[in-house]
Amino acid sequence: MAHSYRQIARDGLWDNNGVLCMLLGMCPAMAMTTSATNGLGMGLATAAVMAASNLLVALFRERITQEVRIPVYILIVAAMVTIVDLTMNAWLHELYKVLGLFIPLIVSNCLPLARLEAFAAKEPILPSLLDGIFMGLGFTLALTAIGAVREIIGSGTLFADASLLLGPAFHFMELRLLPANTGVLMMILPPGGFLTAGLMVVVKRMLDVRAGKGIQMTGAHSVA
Amino acid sequence: MKPRTYVHALILGTFCLGFGFVLAVTDRVTTEPIADRALEDKLNSLAQVLPEGLHDNNPIEDAVTLPGPHDKEITVYRALRDGQVTGVAYEIRGSGYAGEIRLMLGVDANGQILGVRAIAHKETPGLGDKIEVKKGDWILHFAGRALGNPAADGWKVKKDGGSFDQFAGATITPRGVVAAVRGGLEFFATHKTRLMEVN
Repeated sequence: MAHSYRQIARDGLWDNNGVLCMLLGMCPAMAMTTSATNGLGMGLATAAVMAASNLLVALFRERITQEVRIPVYILIVAAMVTIVDLTMNAWLHELYKVLGLFIPLIVSNCLPLARLEAFAAKEPILPSLLDGIFMGLGFTLALTAIGAVREIIGSGTLFADASLLLGPAFHFMELRLLPANTGVLMMILPPGGFLTAGLMVVVKRMLDVRAGKGIQMTGAHSVA
Repeated sequence: MKPRTYVHALILGTFCLGFGFVLAVTDRVTTEPIADRALEDKLNSLAQVLPEGLHDNNPIEDAVTLPGPHDKEITVYRALRDGQVTGVAYEIRGSGYAGEIRLMLGVDANGQILGVRAIAHKETPGLGDKIEVKKGDWILHFAGRALGNPAADGWKVKKDGGSFDQFAGATITPRGVVAAVRGGLEFFATHKTRLMEVN
């Protein structure tokens, strides 16, 4: 099964997007998207875990026997998550205070595991690494978009506290679009997450149908 | 037993050992920065309730640990100037709408509140989170209060007949905070002699 790098990028970012197409990793997609910055941070942390674990599985795929592959994959994902958790606590502490509670949940996110099983276990190192990166970035994109919609409607801001995540130079990204205290609270609460994510799936499929591609369902069946 | 079983066990064991080693190394490298960050956090929250001019010591070094309510120990950080205790700060806990609210309370030597700040809570965003200083100035109104100001039956939110405002749509959160602050002041009154002693 050969993949062009272009196709891997397209699949990860749009065609086979983890959240908007495969509907995987919905727990962080709901819990961490109360603002665009939170979504971005959670997405990038997940992308780092996915790239590293895809790379490692591709590297050892000849050695991992079929019978013990699932425990080994979970071990690899859990180890990567712990490393990200400790590293962020040590060097990205402000962000860690916001996301810290949710970082360990990446272990239970089935998107990394799905990509290990469906892609990295069968493919060479470079395509696997790219798949991890682009699937992770697609996840980031979806989370940031959901977070942006919820934040604008719910709090009237966009990318609030982005400078905590990206550094003081990104202060210009922090916008206030609506006056303070005018937000629709429901959008920040869990129902807003479900509504926004659902509507985004609809929008994506409508765009795909309009582009004549129909609904793509590839690669999502192997892991529940 | 098929010999293959050993192979699987060996593979899984090797991976566990290998990643265990990697995790041990990461833990070793990050232990010190993480401890530094935790200390910075503590200093930041202390600095907000113990004004700079009040002390010439490091309150963390002059801490005492005392038994608090519910068999929990409370570590009291003490501000000293010229060897005299000028104020103390300690963590208090209240119960909010969505679990525990942790606050830092600063009290001067006369039992007057220097300041209260929320350190951690899980209150509803947009409603209960107005106890955070960056979301509203409600929590600043505790400064200058003491036991007796208002009198004991005034340490409630207005809805319960007391003298503290509640928020529109959120009564349980301020109620929990007011009760916690009052409890904190009672703790100070109980242990005042011990707290003022410089060892």
